[in-house]
Amino acid sequence: MAKTDSLQGSLDLLVLKILSRRPRLHGYAIMAAIASTSGEVLRAEEGSLYPALYRMEEAGWIRAEWVKKETGRRARIYELTDAGNERLGAEESRWQSVSFAINRVLREA
Amino acid sequence: MSLSSRIVNVFRSERLSREIDEELQGHIDEAIASGRDPQEVRRAFGSPLRVREAGYSVRAAGWLESLVADTKFGWRQLWRNKVASAAAILSLALGIGSCVAAFRLIDALLWRPLPIANSSNLFVLSRKMVGLYGKPVEDGYWSTPDFKLMRDAVKDQADLIAVSDADRTDIAWSSDDDIEKAHVAYVSGNMFPLFGLEPALGRLLGPADDRALGLYPYAVISWDYWNHRFGRDPGILGRSVHIGDQSFEIIGVGPRDFTGTEKGTVTDVFLPLSMNVMATEDRADWHRVFVMLKPGVSASALEPMRQHLTAVNHAFGAACSTCYRGETKASIARFLNQSLAFNPGGAGISDLQKEYRRLLGALGLMVALVLLIACVNVSNMMTAQAAARAQEMALRISIGAGRRRLVQLILVQSALLSMISAALAAFFAAWSAPFVLGLVNPPDNPARLDLPADWRVLLFGLGLTVLIVLLLGLLPALRASSVRPVAALKGGEDPHSPRRLMRGAIALQVAFCVLVLFLSSLFVTSFQRLQNRPLGFSTDRLLLLQSTAGKGQLPIVWAQTVEALRAVPGVDSAAVSGWPLLGRIKINSDISVNGAPPSPTPAFFLNVSPGWLSTMKIPVIAGRDFRPQDTSPGEAIVNETFVKTFFPDLNPGQDPIGRTFQRGVNEPVNKIVGVTPDIPDHDLREPNRALFFVPINTVDGKSAPSPVSFATFIIHTEAKNPLAMADSLRQVIAQRHNGIRVSNVTTQLDLVRDQTVRERLIATLAAFFAGVALLLAGVGLYAVLNYSVLQRRREIGIRMAIGSPRTGIVRLVTLDVFVMIALGASAGLALGFSAARYVASLFYQVKATDAEMIALPACAILVTALLATLPAVLRALRTNPTEILRAE
Repeated sequence: MAKTDSLQGSLDLLVLKILSRRPRLHGYAIMAAIASTSGEVLRAEEGSLYPALYRMEEAGWIRAEWVKKETGRRARIYELTDAGNERLGAEESRWQSVSFAINRVLREA
Repeated sequence: MSLSSRIVNVFRSERLSREIDEELQGHIDEAIASGRDPQEVRRAFGSPLRVREAGYSVRAAGWLESLVADTKFGWRQLWRNKVASAAAILSLALGIGSCVAAFRLIDALLWRPLPIANSSNLFVLSRKMVGLYGKPVEDGYWSTPDFKLMRDAVKDQADLIAVSDADRTDIAWSSDDDIEKAHVAYVSGNMFPLFGLEPALGRLLGPADDRALGLYPYAVISWDYWNHRFGRDPGILGRSVHIGDQSFEIIGVGPRDFTGTEKGTVTDVFLPLSMNVMATEDRADWHRVFVMLKPGVSASALEPMRQHLTAVNHAFGAACSTCYRGETKASIARFLNQSLAFNPGGAGISDLQKEYRRLLGALGLMVALVLLIACVNVSNMMTAQAAARAQEMALRISIGAGRRRLVQLILVQSALLSMISAALAAFFAAWSAPFVLGLVNPPDNPARLDLPADWRVLLFGLGLTVLIVLLLGLLPALRASSVRPVAALKGGEDPHSPRRLMRGAIALQVAFCVLVLFLSSLFVTSFQRLQNRPLGFSTDRLLLLQSTAGKGQLPIVWAQTVEALRAVPGVDSAAVSGWPLLGRIKINSDISVNGAPPSPTPAFFLNVSPGWLSTMKIPVIAGRDFRPQDTSPGEAIVNETFVKTFFPDLNPGQDPIGRTFQRGVNEPVNKIVGVTPDIPDHDLREPNRALFFVPINTVDGKSAPSPVSFATFIIHTEAKNPLAMADSLRQVIAQRHNGIRVSNVTTQLDLVRDQTVRERLIATLAAFFAGVALLLAGVGLYAVLNYSVLQRRREIGIRMAIGSPRTGIVRLVTLDVFVMIALGASAGLALGFSAARYVASLFYQVKATDAEMIALPACAILVTALLATLPAVLRALRTNPTEILRAE
């Protein structure tokens, strides 16, 4: 659980960013993308990823649909909505200002 | 995902769960395919149930989810106890429906503002004074000259509006032979503009149409009359209508919803005030006066205005030179001592409001009590059900159900009950309010009120339903949620606590029930006594033909018409009088004996023809009936009260034949030729008054006969149904072509019946609701006792096993219940006494303190209680101790 806690508050940002670069991913691919692009440093726990996806879907930032995969099984894939795009901008600038502030504290304290 | 999709998801919850499972399973499969350890992947998800729950609660509206589940559960609960639920729903529906219907009637008659502008600035002017019999009275009728003086006196602050009652009047649209009835009101020219009313057609009356007496023969008809009499024919404009001996031109149709200011009567025709000849008479108090404050004048101006108007009215009364000829100073002073009062007039003003205000109040109280009794029953039922589920509740709480959720569960069930009941109640109220309204007035002149089912009624119904939900559910809900799981799972905590609650409920129920019974027995007894009041005259086979003769016809012509009627085969006897007995017409006259000033109490009189007394079967106990040559003034026949009042010097047994009296000082002398017993002459409820009869042959100062413009023929028929002859007798009168026309046909029996319409209505309704209350209280009592015996089965079994006698068991089961009944009954009677004071004006010769009035409800509740407890007592006695103890 410690690992998920480190992602608390930034999981939304990561998911939205991933989906803005690579649309139409299913849950496992999103998790894998977070791991690979962060150089295996960040890991989204399954236990919190799906509730977060459902919550963002409910908020209208992403939308989901069922697609058939080559294997014949169904997968639920997600993509960003316009509202999600706006949200991503807001989250990014918030992250920038927070990390800038934290860096300053680390430098000057 | 929007709220709507979340709500949709609630109703396809299984599919939603399946989809979540499928997605998660897909994830796990891919993770394993990419080489992760299956065990580790599953662990990473945590409890699959929790993930599913978390996903689920986001994707479906959780509150709705639980609501739907509770509704389903509540419905199943109701369905399982079909009979009890149906009884609960029916009794609640009857209670709610009656309350809503009563509200509709009370609101429509008393509260709903008139559909006019500034109705909150409208007041009714009345005067308080000492009445004829020394009692304070409030009178709302004014003479036109007085009205005009007052209008001019306050014209800077307020407008005064004169409106007469909408009397049922003979009118003719074409020839004079084609007479029909319509409600005609005279209004001052400023009424329509001040009320802000716009015509539906043509124009309305304005101040210009009301400037001078008799000059502007214009009429406006109401939209309602235009609709049902003329089918909204626009050609109505310009037509003329004959009313009395005047013709009026129709100039317009009023706005759609305006039916006049007299609640309970729909005005058909509006005429200018100055078209009525009474508009010049100083002594004719014939119309009401409304006061409309000018814009910007605050209510604080009312008191100075009232004082100003009181002074103006006093000056008007004092200046009247012809009013008090021969009166004593004391009686003049008494008459002039009037103080004016403003009453809110936004809801209109009518005699119906005055007569029915308290009746509707009593009715409202009774239906509210019936509803409360039903609520207590249903609440008891739910408490019993909740107690039976105490273990279930405890289990739910111990596995983590929130108490809030438990309260919700029970509130949902009570909401279900009340909503189903409210839906049924809406139908009941829709039917019953017009039905009761139809019983309000005599059938030939029914009360008419707009009873719209608008937001006022809806809001009331909604508020009532919410109140009932809380009333029903709150107590059992709080009880259920305070369940302590440990105690309940161990085998029940205090088994007496729900019963204690129910016993309190019994006392409450009995109190309400006794209150309803008490009021109802007062109303029913009043009605019976009124109906059985000895009349002193016959009502059997008496046909009444109320007739008019335009500008009047000589008495001899009326007498000839009587002869013609008497000659018709099937007619036993016939006579004519000024108006019928108990026809609500009364005219009083001063009585002056030996030239002394008139006594403070007046007497009432009636003009009759010879043979009228014998036709009415009124005996002459001294002297003789009138003869054809007798005249008025000249001869008179008086009743016993008249003799007692005005000839106190006569000993009992001495007759006053030959004594004389005058109808005011300096009036001609009347000689008493006969004495009759007392009879009620115009109102069945009032005690007998001094009454005298004078011949219908009226002569003026020069002994020339005076014309009679209206009178009533009284015909005693041989056939049982006097109305069967009405048409042929009408023909007989019409064929004489002497200007006499029949304007209304009725029977003496109907007039007597019409006297008791109000009392019959309240007695019928009160008896009905008393029956319902008694039934509901009986059912409630039975249910509570039955439940208590069931619950104490073990205790009873043990007591029997250790040798308790049967009487002991009976006492155990019934004692506390009967204590509760006694408590409730006393409380109910105490409440009844105060309620009875409020409606005492509706009683006839009964008092709340009469022993039988108290005994009747007490006996009824006692018998009901005995009947209701019997099954439970029998069940207790039949308890088989061995069986019970073995089951333990």
